[in-house]
Order: sequence, then C-alpha cells, then structure tokens
Amino acid sequence: MNSLQTVFDLVLVLALLWLAWHALAAADLFKGIVLFIAFGLLMALAWMRLRAPDIALAEAAVGSGITGALLLSGLARLRRLERSAQPHIGREP
Amino acid sequence: MNAPDGITDDTRLTPLRLIIMLFVLTLAGALGWAVCSLPEYSSGLAVTALAELSNSGVLNPVTAAVLNYRGYDTLLEIAVLLLAVIGVWSLAQAEPPAAFEPASPVLLSFMRIVLPLMILIAGYLLWIGSFAPGGAFQGGAVLAGVLVLLRLSNQDFAIWSHEVWLRFCLVLGLSVFIAVAVGVMAGGGKLLEYPRAHAGMLILLIESAALISIALTLAALFVGGRALSDEDSSSASENGVQPK
Repeated sequence: MNSLQTVFDLVLVLALLWLAWHALAAADLFKGIVLFIAFGLLMALAWMRLRAPDIALAEAAVGSGITGALLLSGLARLRRLERSAQPHIGREP
Repeated sequence: MNAPDGITDDTRLTPLRLIIMLFVLTLAGALGWAVCSLPEYSSGLAVTALAELSNSGVLNPVTAAVLNYRGYDTLLEIAVLLLAVIGVWSLAQAEPPAAFEPASPVLLSFMRIVLPLMILIAGYLLWIGSFAPGGAFQGGAVLAGVLVLLRLSNQDFAIWSHEVWLRFCLVLGLSVFIAVAVGVMAGGGKLLEYPRAHAGMLILLIESAALISIALTLAALFVGGRALSDEDSSSASENGVQPK
C-alpha cells in the first residue's frame, strides 16, 4: 500500500468520525439527516476501500439513499404534525 | 427548512458523553485487538464458497452466498420487509397531496432524463448480480428511487390507487421465494436446495420477483402509510379526520 492510499484512508476515517459525531449532535434535525446521508456515502467509499463492492453498493443505495429519503419524509411529516398541533396548544391556558 | 433560531449544535463533552465515549472506545479497542489477534492469513469459508461456485448457478460468490448457500436468511429478510410495510400500513394513512399542485418544471424535466436511466440501471444491477457486484436489493433500491421521484412530483397516483395490484406486487417476492424453496422439495431436494442444472434460472426468477417487491416496499415506506382510496381521500380532505 503506498502512502497516498494511507493518507486517503486516514482522511476517510477522520471524516466518517466527524460526520457521525455531528450527525448525532445536530440540534437541527434536517442538518442531522443531511450529515447522515453524507456519512452513508463516505461509508460506501470505505467499503470500496475494504474491497467489498457488494456492501458498498448496498450502503450507497439503501443505507444512504433510501434511508435518507425515509428520514426526510419522516421529518416532513413531523413538521406537519407540529404545525397542525400548534393552534391547539395556543388555546390552552 | 431553517434551523430554529438560537439553537446551536450541542457538541459539548458532558460527563455522561465522556463515559459513553469511554465504553465505545473500549469496545472498539477490544474489537481491534480481536481483529489483530486473528491469524494473518485465513481462508475462512472463502475456499469452500469458491469451490462450490460452479454448483451454485451464479458466478458471483456474494450472490451465491446470499441466494444459494444462505438462501434461508434472505428469505427471512424479504419477509421482514413485507412485515415492515404491513406494520406501517396498520399504523398510518398516507398523507393526501395538499393540493394538486403542479410539480416544478425543473423536477419534471430532470425526471424525464433520469427515470428511464434509473429503470435501466435497476434491471442492469439485477442481471449483473449473477457474476459481479449487484443484485435484487441494490436494484430494488434504485427502482424505489424512481417511485420516490414520482411521489415527489405528484405523478404516482396511479401506482398507489390500485390496491389489489399493489398488494400482489408487495407479496410477489416472498411468494415466489417460498414457492421455489418448497417447490424444489418436490424433486427430492431439501428446502431451498436448488437442482444444480436450474439453479441459475431459479435464482434469477427469485431475484426478479424480489426486485419488484423490494422496490415497492421501500417506496411504500417512503409514502408512509396506506394510500387512501378515492372515497376515503375526499372525505378525509373535507373533514380533516382519518377515516377508519
């Protein structure tokens, strides 16, 4: 393994850890989801580096793509629920 | 979709988080030590898997493991996906479109270019799964992306309103898988023991059916509930209540 690959792997690992930490700590759920999707894409890259292209494909398509879409649709539903619940809360003493 | 004002990300290292971090690092260290203590070169099951590849009906060892050697696991995975949709459908109704607002022209022309390509890629991933990385799950996810795009542009009413066909396609993958798994027993084999001469064909059959079911399952999860039939949706939008 040449040194360029080592540097690439190191950057990849650090980026994954950073993304994971900030996706968990994000106060804004939308930001957290976007970071999670980015995490999934980099994770797919990591699987490629581990020479597991099957898992990389599944991670990119399912782990990042579809799960990201599911989380975003869940968030949109949550926001709609909050919006429709707000007048109700306002009326309470 | 802006962040609420005054809320910033909480990245402080509180004592609780430090303790959790300590646990996680200990676990990571133990796992790392376990990996390092493995023999430097071990073939594991790879030799057996590759030796039996000619009998499995496919040329990609991963597909062989997923659909032949460990076909039972995959059968259960597809059943879990179906259970997930049943669960979601029991709990929630799909949100009716707020109004029939036309989708953005940018999205529509983007979809005109991308959708045929995505369908092609889904089929390609399914086909190539027999001798290279790919397969029903990856192809199904891409096909689900097609349905998600259709959903986002309000073009998918026809898909979710034909409930009989929808249900048929959702259970298609599992039914075909079970039918093949049990059907091979008629030829004297055990459960999921494909006859060698037809293994490739049977795997492709299972994967094709699974592709459709997986795509619809993932898209149904995105829609997030049972689609309303015509009379349901009109009463729901008038009263703002969820019909039983």
